Amino acid sequence: MSQLPTTTIIGLEVHVQLKTATKLFCGCSTKFGSPPNTQVCPVCLGLPGALPVINEHAIELAIRAGLAINCDIPPLTKWDRKQYFYPDLPKGYQISQFDLPICADGCLEIADPADDDSTRKIGITRAHLEEDAGKSMHDEAAGRADSRIDLNRCGTPLLEIVSEPDLRTAEEALAYLTKLKEMMTHLGVSDCEMQEGSLRVDANVNLHIDKHGERIATPIVEVKNMNSFRNVVAALHFEVDRQYAEWEETGNTIETHGKRTFGWNDVKGVTYPQREKEESADYRYFPCPDLLPIRIPSERVEEIRASLGETPEETRERLQSQYGIKAYDADVIVSQGRGMVQYYDAVAMACGDGKRASSWIQQDVMRSLKEQGGDIESFGVTAEQLAQLLSKVSSGELTNDRARDVFKHLSENGGGIDEAIKALGIEAVDDSEMETLVKELLAANPKVVDDVKNGNQKAVGSLIGQARSKNPNANPQIIREIALRLIENA
Amino acid sequence: MLDSALEVLRLQAAGEASAVEIAERALDAIEASQSTHNAYTHVDRDAALAAAQAVDAKRASGQPLGALAGVPIAVKDVLCTSDMPTTCSSEMLRGFRPPYDATVVEKLRAADAVIVGKTNMDEFAMGASTETSAFGITKNPWDTSRTPGGSSGGAAAAVAAGTVPLSLGTDTGGSIRQPAAFCGVTGLKPTYGRVSRYGLVAFASSLDQIGPMAWSADECALLMNVIAGFEPRDSTSLDQAVPDFTLATESNDLRGMRIGVLRESLQAEGIDESIRTAVAHAIGVFAELGAEIVDVDLPHREYWVPTYYVIAPSEASSNLSRYDGAHYGHRAGEEAKDLVSMYCRSRAEGFGAEVKRRIMIGTYALSEGYADEYYNKALKVRRLIRGDYDAAFSQVDLLLGPVTPTPAFPLGDKIDDPIQMYLCDLFTVGANLAGVPAISLPGGFDPAGLPIGIQLQAPTLEESRLLFAASAFQSATDYHTQRPNQ
Repeated sequence: MSQLPTTTIIGLEVHVQLKTATKLFCGCSTKFGSPPNTQVCPVCLGLPGALPVINEHAIELAIRAGLAINCDIPPLTKWDRKQYFYPDLPKGYQISQFDLPICADGCLEIADPADDDSTRKIGITRAHLEEDAGKSMHDEAAGRADSRIDLNRCGTPLLEIVSEPDLRTAEEALAYLTKLKEMMTHLGVSDCEMQEGSLRVDANVNLHIDKHGERIATPIVEVKNMNSFRNVVAALHFEVDRQYAEWEETGNTIETHGKRTFGWNDVKGVTYPQREKEESADYRYFPCPDLLPIRIPSERVEEIRASLGETPEETRERLQSQYGIKAYDADVIVSQGRGMVQYYDAVAMACGDGKRASSWIQQDVMRSLKEQGGDIESFGVTAEQLAQLLSKVSSGELTNDRARDVFKHLSENGGGIDEAIKALGIEAVDDSEMETLVKELLAANPKVVDDVKNGNQKAVGSLIGQARSKNPNANPQIIREIALRLIENA
Repeated sequence: MLDSALEVLRLQAAGEASAVEIAERALDAIEASQSTHNAYTHVDRDAALAAAQAVDAKRASGQPLGALAGVPIAVKDVLCTSDMPTTCSSEMLRGFRPPYDATVVEKLRAADAVIVGKTNMDEFAMGASTETSAFGITKNPWDTSRTPGGSSGGAAAAVAAGTVPLSLGTDTGGSIRQPAAFCGVTGLKPTYGRVSRYGLVAFASSLDQIGPMAWSADECALLMNVIAGFEPRDSTSLDQAVPDFTLATESNDLRGMRIGVLRESLQAEGIDESIRTAVAHAIGVFAELGAEIVDVDLPHREYWVPTYYVIAPSEASSNLSRYDGAHYGHRAGEEAKDLVSMYCRSRAEGFGAEVKRRIMIGTYALSEGYADEYYNKALKVRRLIRGDYDAAFSQVDLLLGPVTPTPAFPLGDKIDDPIQMYLCDLFTVGANLAGVPAISLPGGFDPAGLPIGIQLQAPTLEESRLLFAASAFQSATDYHTQRPNQ
């Protein structure tokens, strides 16, 4: 049976955790991964009598984010309480924004996945600030319904970015999310780590089925618990097929069934209905009497707009033309955020070799950061040091391998390059010493000498490993040169 | 008897009594009065004596002393104290000990005051008689068959019973002024935002304000000097300079002051004749002190109580959501099998009837489909009420009127009739809705010898003007010097 013409309607709600050092309404740290309930105070615990105080940095970041996605920043915004009971919400309400969000009416332009030459403009309804809840951890082992609550995350600032239902395919949703994440990391607004929960996606999806000229809308499904972009795509594909099949089978439409909430099961690759409340939740929003409305003068907005700097696209293009690196490499660096771009700029500029800098950053720097779990701003090897190191490689003063050893030492122990070189026992090897070494090796490897004489210069390579095991400071290039000269002159 | 904070300061300065001796007298007085009046929910003898000892040691070593050095003070049990329980007189918070001090408590300690204990109140400050307390009713020292008023009934009775010269109350709809009137003491509700609410367990956040209670306006000024001022931890705190309030009480010359009388409000139904007489008498006293008396009206006065009883319960329903048994406070026992039943039972067991009633009213008023009709409409009326005050204060410097429709009523008289209880707030909630300061001061006695309060209200931030007029009134009258027979 052939399928009727169908349009998929997708809207996304994206929560990004703002990169503030402290929480939205108190001075507690927002650091991820600390022992449970160690980053809490009377305010974020919701203790009787405690009062919230707004974190100005969160306002600043929200405005940055809003401007990046072409939103208006209205002159007046305010706080509302969204009320519901849950153990990870210690006040019994979440401080959020209801009718006057900090950012409204924006859009994001994405590359059209179906057509390389065109773009699609995705509307953004609003973006509002709110505090995060804590985490409930349900341990039902040993037949006990034992729930634990960690309130470290409670009060962490979130920006909820709500798109218009303008997305038409899972691929467009992916393009939108990728672009949004790139914007937010680039501007230093958020880390956007889905694994750490600093970026969360809920998708609203339904179908418009064209039944011989009559438009039928299937019930809207809000899909939750998708913990990677890959899962978002998979869940949307699944949901599109499921909704069509459900409609064929039951004839359910938006008029008869409204909106439902589904979860995503990553293991089974299916969406499933989540338990629904008997009545739709009434959050009883009302203005939070503990906080004053915020006036945002247009001068402040313009000041922030002026500080936004180049967009990720502009940076990508500049890195390619300025340093001659490939589009792919520029993309990797830009996707790490503005801090990484600044680091790269500094290294490439100082060492004069943008390609070498790019390869070192993508391999060594990013690997160390991943292992150490920090960010580039606090990384142990400064851009100046890396540039110096790469200059030594370019000049032949250090081999790539030895430079890696120095880099590793610096990133683990800090300190200066000279100290590291000294600590590692790296010394410049004098040529006569090297010549003695190569002579010994040639005497011990007559086959290599024969091979080279027969025109196989590559045979020298086996000497290099032997030389380096005897003297780790041996420079492969120099060993090769000496060996070839000695064989030729023999 | 420990009458006056000023006297307590003088005794110590003159070397006639140590802070420890004064604290002991206060603690003895509490012990003698507690079984009769039940003004306190918690008394900490050891902590009080230790604080007093520290004051004596400071004095002996010549260190500078705070403005309330060695003065015993009682604190309403809605203000967080890290060294004493903070219960809000609720089963929900029985034994609850906050990990921090409220800002005002910090300030009292920094001023070397001696905190003797926590005073009884209506549960979560909801009530006008201190009868909704989970820890027993408080009795009026002037007549123990009558209520001391509420919700700061314990704080008022603690002063009236002569146990302490000063106490801190809180006022959301009249909870300082009405008990002050019933107990024959002076009580000031400052401008909203004048005193930090940090550490005040919220009832209705946009209306709550902490204020001083004492026999005289002069002593209220002394305490205001300590507790008033901007504080960044309370976003609604006003970043305004704080005057020396005691300077306001130095002159008694009211010439040039225009006092508006809410004449019409006196005609309202259910107002006791003794109240009308006291207000009329106060008008005469102020006129004699040089003030010009004019008639004014606050046209939306009849909407005060309905507006208040939508806004306050709405905020309360939200503020009290945190008491869910999950993190602290009362939690239902094992019979609660799942989360929802744990919530329901904990709240059913932990809250008293009046608190539940207000949570239900507030939840209803904020519900989808009803919010426009109730909560949002109340906000609009609140703006009109503020407008009335602005208009009135463009003509006059102060407003004069009654505090309560009647003197202290008998215990049990209204506890089963919420509407009658709510009408106790008839004259007081306007100041909370408008955010203006107001003071209740002793203005006479009814034929049965019960104290009667009169109320002055001033424009925003004009506490000094209130204290000036109140002090002048007290220089010309002796009602604040009368004491109950004990």
